[in-house]
Formats: sequence, C-alpha cells, structure tokens
Amino acid sequence: MTKSKILTGGISRRGVLQGATALGTAALLGPLAAGRASAAPKKGGMLRIGMGHGATSDSYDPATWDQAFVQVFATARHGNLTEIAADGSLVGEVAESWEASADAVTWTFKVRKDLAFHSGKTVTAEDVIASINYHRGEESKSAAKPIVEVISDMRSDGSDTVVMTLNAGNADFPFILSDYHLPIMASAGGKIDPTSSDGCGGYIVESYEPGVGAKLKRNPNYWKSDRAHFDGLEILVILDATARQNALITGEVDVIDKIDLNTVHLLKRAPGIKVLSTTGTQHYVFPMDARAAPFNDNNVRLALKYAIDRQEMVDKILNGYGSVGNDHPIGPSQRYHAAELEQHSYDPDKAKSFLKKAGLTSLDVSLSAADAAFTGAVDAGVLYAEKAAAAGINITVVREPNDGYWDSVWMQKPWVASYWGGRATEDWMFSTAYADGAPWNESFWSHEKFNKLLAQARSELDDTKRRQAYVDMQSICSNEGSTVIPMFASYVMAHTDKVMTPETVGANWTLDGFRAVERWWFA
Amino acid sequence: MSEIWSMVARRLALGLVTLFVISVLIFSATELLPGDMAQAILGQSATPETVAAFRRELGLDLPAHTRYLNWLAGALQGDFGTSLANKRPISDLIGMRLGNTLFLALYAAAIAVPLSLALGVLVALFRNSVFDRTVNAIALTSISFPEFFVAYILIVYLAQTGLFPSMTRISADTSFGEMLYRAFLPALTLTLVVTAHMMRMTRAAIINLLASPYIEMARLKGMKPMRIILHHALPNALAPIINVVALNLAYLITGVVVVEVVFVYPGLGQLMVDSVAKRDFPVVQAVALIFAAAYVLLNLLADVLSTLSNPRLIHRR
Repeated sequence: MTKSKILTGGISRRGVLQGATALGTAALLGPLAAGRASAAPKKGGMLRIGMGHGATSDSYDPATWDQAFVQVFATARHGNLTEIAADGSLVGEVAESWEASADAVTWTFKVRKDLAFHSGKTVTAEDVIASINYHRGEESKSAAKPIVEVISDMRSDGSDTVVMTLNAGNADFPFILSDYHLPIMASAGGKIDPTSSDGCGGYIVESYEPGVGAKLKRNPNYWKSDRAHFDGLEILVILDATARQNALITGEVDVIDKIDLNTVHLLKRAPGIKVLSTTGTQHYVFPMDARAAPFNDNNVRLALKYAIDRQEMVDKILNGYGSVGNDHPIGPSQRYHAAELEQHSYDPDKAKSFLKKAGLTSLDVSLSAADAAFTGAVDAGVLYAEKAAAAGINITVVREPNDGYWDSVWMQKPWVASYWGGRATEDWMFSTAYADGAPWNESFWSHEKFNKLLAQARSELDDTKRRQAYVDMQSICSNEGSTVIPMFASYVMAHTDKVMTPETVGANWTLDGFRAVERWWFA
Repeated sequence: MSEIWSMVARRLALGLVTLFVISVLIFSATELLPGDMAQAILGQSATPETVAAFRRELGLDLPAHTRYLNWLAGALQGDFGTSLANKRPISDLIGMRLGNTLFLALYAAAIAVPLSLALGVLVALFRNSVFDRTVNAIALTSISFPEFFVAYILIVYLAQTGLFPSMTRISADTSFGEMLYRAFLPALTLTLVVTAHMMRMTRAAIINLLASPYIEMARLKGMKPMRIILHHALPNALAPIINVVALNLAYLITGVVVVEVVFVYPGLGQLMVDSVAKRDFPVVQAVALIFAAAYVLLNLLADVLSTLSNPRLIHRR
C-alpha cells in the first residue's frame, strides 16, 4: 500500500536512495514502530495550537507562504508528492512510488490510487502537473520558482503517472517535492485555484480568519489510517510570546510554538507543561558580500570567523537551545555532515594573524542586523563586536528596522544577519544559498571548485564518492566561504502533558516538521 | 436649535474633506515606505522575476496616481476593493473586526466614563485630602505603566488564578454575556489606562469653577458641598469634560493594538499593523479612514454636546 518502489539503474543508485525505501516501510508501520508499541496513538479530541506567526494578510495561495502558521495550516489540509519522515528520510505521500532513469534526469512518479480531495474529486496526474506548474514559468510569482526551475519538462502518462525531466541529473530530486510550497491542489483546465482550501490532507477547513485562526475537522476519508488522530484542530494566532505561554498555562491551548528563550526555564517549572526542542537544519548566519572590500580577502573572512565566540552565542542568544556551527550550512543531523572538519573556535590571536596576512593591523566593519533576521540578531551582533575587539576588529552594529529588512538590507548591505530554516538535503541547501549565481546566494560567493563539486555530486550515484564531494564542499565553505555560521538553532515548543508525541519528532521544521497535527495525539 | 443643525451639516461636510485629505496622505505615506507589497510578502524568498510577476498580477506596476484614482473611483461608489494580500473583500476583513473593536471600546467606556466622572466629582469634593491623593496616585500609576505591563499584571492575578480567560476568543456565535466575561480583562486594562485622564480633567474643571463668585454665593447660602458641585459646578464644567471623554473614546477605538496583541483580541489595530507591514494599501486606507472618521464624528459629537450644555452658546447674540 504505502510501498515506495525504487527501480533504478543499479546497486549504487539503490545505495543513494535506500533511505526512501526504508522510509516506505516506516510509513506503513507508523511513527511508533521503533519504540513504544504499547502506546498506540488514540483517536479523538480537539487539538488547539497557539502559533507565534500569522498575519491578516495570509492567504490560501501557496506561492506566498512564508511562516509557520500558514505552513502548519497547509500541512493539515494538503498533501505533497513526497514527505520527509520524522527521521529525515523520504517517504511517498501523494506519490505512491517513484523511479529514476540511470542518469537521474528523468523521474517517474506514480500517483496513489483512490486518493481524493475533500471535494470528492480524485487526485490525478493532471492535478500534480497543474500544482507544480503554478510555480513555474514567466508569470510565476512563487517563492518556490527557483527550486522548481530544475524541471525542464513535465507530462502525464495515463491518469496516475507523471514524468518529470530535469535539466541535469539530480539524485535528491524527490526531496524537493516535499517543499511546503508545493502541495497538490485540485485543478481545472490545467490550473489550480490558489484561493481554494481544498486539498487531500488529513483535515478539512471549516473556517479561517487570517491573522486570527482556523478551525478544521478530520477528513473521514483520509488515506493514512495511522495518522491525523484528532477529531479536529484549532490553529490560533497568538503573536505575543507571553500571551502564548499564558494561553498554554491557563489551558486555553494544548500546544504552542516559538517559546521565548529568555523565559523558557520559567515555563518548564509550570505543572503539566512539557518543553520540546528539536535541533535540525535551522541556522543563523552573518553573510559577507564577497565582492566588496574588505570581505573579498579570504584572510579577512577567516579573521572574522575566528573572532566570534560560538559557544557563548549558543549559551546567551539561544539560552543553550542549539549547537555551534562551523561556517558551513550542513547540520549534524544530516546525512553527509562532515564531523571530521576542524571546528572553528574563538581565537583572537589566530584572528590577528589572519588580519596580518591580509596586511591589516586593525579592521573596522559594520554589521547590519534586525530581529527580522532572527530573534536576538542585534544582541548577537553586539556580543560578536565585544569579543572581536580583542582581535583588533571593530564591529559597528547597525540596528536596522525589521520592516523591509529583506528587501532594503539583506543582500544590499555588505555584512548582515540572516537565517535559514535549512533544507533536507546538502545539495538543496548549497544550491539555494551558496551556488554561483543562485538568486539567494546572500554572500555573492563564487568558488570555482565548489561549484564544480556541487554539480558533480548532484548526479553522482556512488555513495562514497558523493559523501567525499559533500565533505570537500563543507570544508571549502568553512575555510573559504563568505558566511559566518556561528550556530544551529533548535525549534523550541511546548505542550501539555495530555498531548502525546512519537518517539522521534521531526527536526526539519518546527512542530514535528509542521506535521504535529497529524503525527501527535491525546493521551 | 437650527444653529446646531447647520453646525452639524457644516462639520460633516468638512469631515468629508478631512477624510479625502487623509486618504491622499495615507496613500503617499504608504508609497514612501521602502519596498512594496510584492517584496514584503515574498520577503527573503523574493527574486527579481517573481517580484516583477507579482507586481503585474497586483497592478503595482501602474503609476501611483493611476492606482490612487482607481481606488478613489471605487471608494466613492462604496467599493473599497479587495485586500491585495489575500483577495478577500475589505468589507469581509473589516466587518467582524470593526464590530469587535467597537464592542471593546464601548465596554471599556461603559466602565471608565462613569467611574472617572464619579471619582472626579468625589476627589473635587474632598480635594487635597488623603482620599484625593490616594486616588490620584493610583490613577496616575496605572496610566504611567505601559499598557502591556498593566495587562500582564491583570493576567497574573486574574487569569492565572482561573477567574478570567487570558485570551479573548470570541466568534460570531458567542453570546453577549459570554462576550462580556471573556473581554473583561482587556476592558479592565483599557479602563485603567484611560481613567486617570478623564478623572483629573473632571477634578480640575470643577475645582476651577469653585473659585468663582456664584459658587461662593451658594456656599454663603449654606448649601451642602455635594449639592454645590453637582448642581452648580458640574453643569458649567461639562464642556471640557465632554471633550476629554470624546478624545479618550477615540483613543479606545484607534489606539489599542497593544492590548489586542496581549489578549489575542481580533480587532482593527492588528489588521492595521499587519497591512502596513505588508504594504496592503487598500486595507490600510480603509482602516485609516475608519479611524479618521471615528475622530471626526466623536469630536463633532463632543462639540454638539458641549454647545447644548451651555445655553449661552445656543442663544448667541
């Protein structure tokens, strides 16, 4: 039933994609298969979630989704072709199975049979194509346009088969289709209706008031029999961190996200409350414009990398909820994470020696930051400046307005604060923000060998070679890259002790990879 | 009386001109903000092509004056358009929130106005006593704290103990009694914030009059102090009191976004903040016009009432 077939060109490919097969089985057995078989999920109850995001300008249009409220709400009512399981592997969702040509250029997806939208319409290959096409092409305004640009052609082969041809081999391509911008929506005449709430997910929308909240009821025909345990959901917008914690403590809601790290220790003391944190791919960064002096000199960049006290950042900015970064964007939980690389640490003497190599005795730079980049970005900048002074580096922290930060500061000023929610695969992360010419290459960094390795690894089928390539890329990024990556930040959320969570909670996004709504249950 | 009606007509006409000027100002201000809707919505994910496509779809590629005139043409016919962000008709977006905002403002006013008038009269009566000083100190303290602080204090003592809900969740089918209960804490917060202003104005206006010869006459006749204040001082002090009450009512409608956020109350303030952040100009315009109209109408009402309270102004020679 939920078996992912990977019939591809040989053992090496199987090695690459093994995860997907394993995950098919995992989905079959449910998230608890590994651990507490005794605590089988129970059905029922109304789950109320208080979210720290959400605005009156939110909409049903997947092209514009940008924060956790719309993401969780979308996950509750929609299905994607693929899903990232709690353990980070890939499983089929709307796609029952998929296979690739030997060069990983042509991918064939089988749409699950007897899958229907809430309206009753059967999910077909046409719907899949229309849903992806919505983000492609000249007229697309979608935030996901750059990630689906790798698809050069899409066609259906019967009502349940979609064949996608890529512009180059990409062994990780099915991961991309799990992106939250790419839900499968009902189509008519080759177009989806971006103002419709109709989906094929576990819950049906009853009411929605943007910026206030949404009410959903369980989809009685949901194909996943071991998921979507609640009778209904209420997803509420509670922007104020204190109000959110109060709502949880006073029993107005059952789950909240985005805990204020300054008061998390107080919340922990409240009776009946459990704080949950997951460390995945979310990381905070300080990208430097590699084209502009002084950042065009790698010695200056290295001096700055040794002038930051990473552990202190994790302790003070994240209150311990995170781990130190090593100036590359691949987290410790990821497949090809290079743990063997030397960890950059605070060393003012080393920083000074790199300054000397750059022909400088002291350095004056400005760092533009705002809390829009990440919570505590300005404080992090001040902490950075304090420590860097010992190395003769004078950092002036410029407090920028939150409003308009992403269009008038980020990728405009030479050195800024920024963040990444992270991507499920190494290739996806590197291609998004580090590849030469990528629209979101925030440091304007261009490294010939890195770009060559990136293209090679993408279509490389041998796992050992692939791993080596990604380790090399992480090393290049760490030692020659133009981004200071001091920390990986955990997602911190809390729930009452009536809410049960599986043994493994997804770390790729907040709230169990946005899927708490269908993976969690009431005791 | 005819003078009153002609004043009302004149002021309403002027009010319309004010609203028009405000719509121009708001539009220009929205234009001056860095970035536009397409950039604000796409945020970190924006690329030049997607921003351009988004602008074409929203009509943001048209020159500013064309967009303003298009909006004005619609507005004159009562059509305020749809939100650029989620294509919902503005009337849908605003309808429920306007009702909520007015409900909370009236609720708070229903507590605050009688309370501050009564306290104002009492402290004028017992001026410079310990009672006067205590009430003043309490009122000034509550107005001096930021609203969110007052709100948090109330939550700690009244919500965490289970007496009142910390979140104001109301929907269309909530009964009136239930709404009064759920919205009690935000209304109380607002009451604490606005009471001091109105109370002290009442006190000052009455004490001011107590020095005048006709009050002295009344006192010499042997009239009781309470009667002097209620029957002789208060009617003449009404004009400044009415004005300050009107200003506070306008504040309760337009300035309560902090209280809305803390109590998760779905009112107009949050809508305005979100729309400005996303540069959703039709929504910003509509909400700004509602706020402006609240000021215009409440000021007009205050002027009419203070004129009526003063026969000298009605029967002008």
